[in-house]
This record gives sequence, structure tokens and C-alpha cells, in this order.
Amino acid sequence: MSPSLAFLTGPELLGSALVFGIIFGFLLHRGGVTDFDVIVRLFQFRDFTVLKVMMTAIAVGGVGIALLHGQELAQFHIKPTNLLAVGLGAAIFGVGMVLYGYCPGTGLAALATGRLDALAGLVGMLVGGIAYALSYDWVAAHILPVGAYGKLRLPELLGVPEWACYAGLVAMTLGIFALVRKAEAKA
Amino acid sequence: MKNPRWNPYLVGALIGLLSVLTFSLANKPLGMSTGLAQAAGACAVPFLGADGVARNTYWAKTAIPAWDYSTLFLVGTMLGALLSALLCGGFKLTTASAVWTESFGPSQPRRLIAAFLGGVIILYGARLADGCTSGHGISGCLQLAVSGWLFFIVMFAAGILTAKLLYGRTHQG
Repeated sequence: MSPSLAFLTGPELLGSALVFGIIFGFLLHRGGVTDFDVIVRLFQFRDFTVLKVMMTAIAVGGVGIALLHGQELAQFHIKPTNLLAVGLGAAIFGVGMVLYGYCPGTGLAALATGRLDALAGLVGMLVGGIAYALSYDWVAAHILPVGAYGKLRLPELLGVPEWACYAGLVAMTLGIFALVRKAEAKA
Repeated sequence: MKNPRWNPYLVGALIGLLSVLTFSLANKPLGMSTGLAQAAGACAVPFLGADGVARNTYWAKTAIPAWDYSTLFLVGTMLGALLSALLCGGFKLTTASAVWTESFGPSQPRRLIAAFLGGVIILYGARLADGCTSGHGISGCLQLAVSGWLFFIVMFAAGILTAKLLYGRTHQG
């Protein structure tokens, strides 16, 4: 069942996908995170723009959706914790991101601003998607079941109440920003 | 050209608010790589045939090639970035980036081949993990999903190591 605010369905839902996407792409470009150098320098601790954007989005979106969820106005969509698949996938993703210079979303956005390397990467991503689909039966049999803990959330894993986890998230975000400020002052 | 960039904290907060909207109004989290896997399915039709794609477990079950919310969101993302770039004169056909050129020189084919390979690797990883920087990194983490934080931390560590190996030296000649 959909939560009571989710009135977008059918063609309106499809139209909203375009509108939400346009806002997202606009913000990615204005945030500077469609830039190869900005992304790769994060992993060298020379530019923290991506971290600032992501952590603020996580803290603001997290608290906002938790408040709505508490009023049963929004549903969670938790992806399963398949330890091996997520861990291995994330490691492969990290390598790819630094070589490509973008992540899938910022790559598409960068391509739309004229970045030809992002276009080559899009062709690569389509090939990667085909490769995954062709290997899926094997992956589903051998990788996905290893360490499969289902739709696990941190409050359950840590045995800590919801509100304390969100307080911890906000505190951690502010702590990371303080460290970033210190690192930027030194540079 | 005036500086088109907005404060990153502001942009992050707006992306956070955007995901509050998509969660509550459309019952959808922000995500990118599922749509790309669906697009990959459409691109595979000339090679595997429509039957071949339809018979594939993954495309039949998880990433059905179609114009739906996920794929239209991708189109929107490109339109939004294009709009932003056009408004500030930021649209430019180029492959240049300072960090890459410092380590690998100005060769364009070299950069394009690397980007292609990076693209293959990143989407394979994203599909194996069942999400990317938006699906796991933003949407997963903000819901306090264990899978999201695991993805974020491992991705970051792998990226740091790769950056050290790839961009740790200066291009000679």
C-alpha cells in the first residue's frame, strides 16, 4: 500500500520522474559535482565538495523522511544487506568511479554539459549493465546469498532507538564537517 | 563567466529535500543505476534479440527495459544538467581534466578508453551491489540502511586506494 501523500500515479508519476530528475540534474551541476576533478580529488582529500553535498543530503533527507515515516506519510525502501554482493560491488564501484571520474548519475549529468569522456563512460556503463544481466544467474546462485541478512537497518543492527540513530547521524555529519573545515584551513 | 556554483551545503540540503518529496509524493527513492541497467537491456536487443533480452532473468525480473519512472528520471537528470549549463554558459564539448592530464598526459583517445573501461566497471559494481552513489549512498544511508552505509564506506576506501595508484605519479613526456 502506498503512503497517503503518494498521490502521484500513472502518467503523473511518469511526468514527476522527469521533473524530479530535472531538479536533481540541475542541482548536481550547480553543486559542482559533475566535474571530473572535483570527484577524483575527494579521494585524494583535496576537495570535499562531494562529501559536503552527500552528507548534507543524507542528514536533511534522513531526518525529513524519518519525520514523515513516523506519521505514516512515507514508506522506507530498504535494499537488502547481502554482505558479499554489496561489499564486492562497492569495491568494484570505487575503482570504476576513480577511473571513470564520475558516478552513474553525475556521469549522465556531466555528459549533458558536453563532457565527451562521460559519453564514453555511458557506453561503458551500458556494456557493464549487459555484462551484469548476462552473469546474473551465476551471481544470484553464488554471490547474492553469501551473508544475506535481508532488509537490515542500523537501529536494529545496533539495538539503538530510531531517534538516537538520527541524532547520531546529525552529530556525525557535523563532526565530519568540522574535520573538513580543519583540513581545508591547513591546505 | 560568472561562477555558477552554489554552496555545496545548500545543494546537499536541496537534494535532501528533493528526496523527501520523491519518497512522500511518488513513493520512490532517488536512484540511477537501475534505470541504466534497463537502458542496457534496450541496447542489448540488436545483439541478443528481443527474445534473448526478455528471457534473461535479470531484465525480466529487476530491470525491465521500458519508459518508466527510473528511466525517465535519468532523462530528467540529463535535461536538468543541460539546462543549468546553458543558463550559465557552462556547456562545452571537452575531455580535459587537470587531475587526469597531470598523470596521463593530454591524449584524448587514452582518456576516452579509460572512461569507457571505468564505465563498464562502475555499472557492473553498481548492479552487483544493487545501487550506486544515489541509490545506496544517498537513499540508502538516509534511511539508515546497513547496505547503504556498507556501500558508502567500502566504495570510499576502494576509491582512495585507486586514486593513489592511478593518480599518484606525474606523466613524463
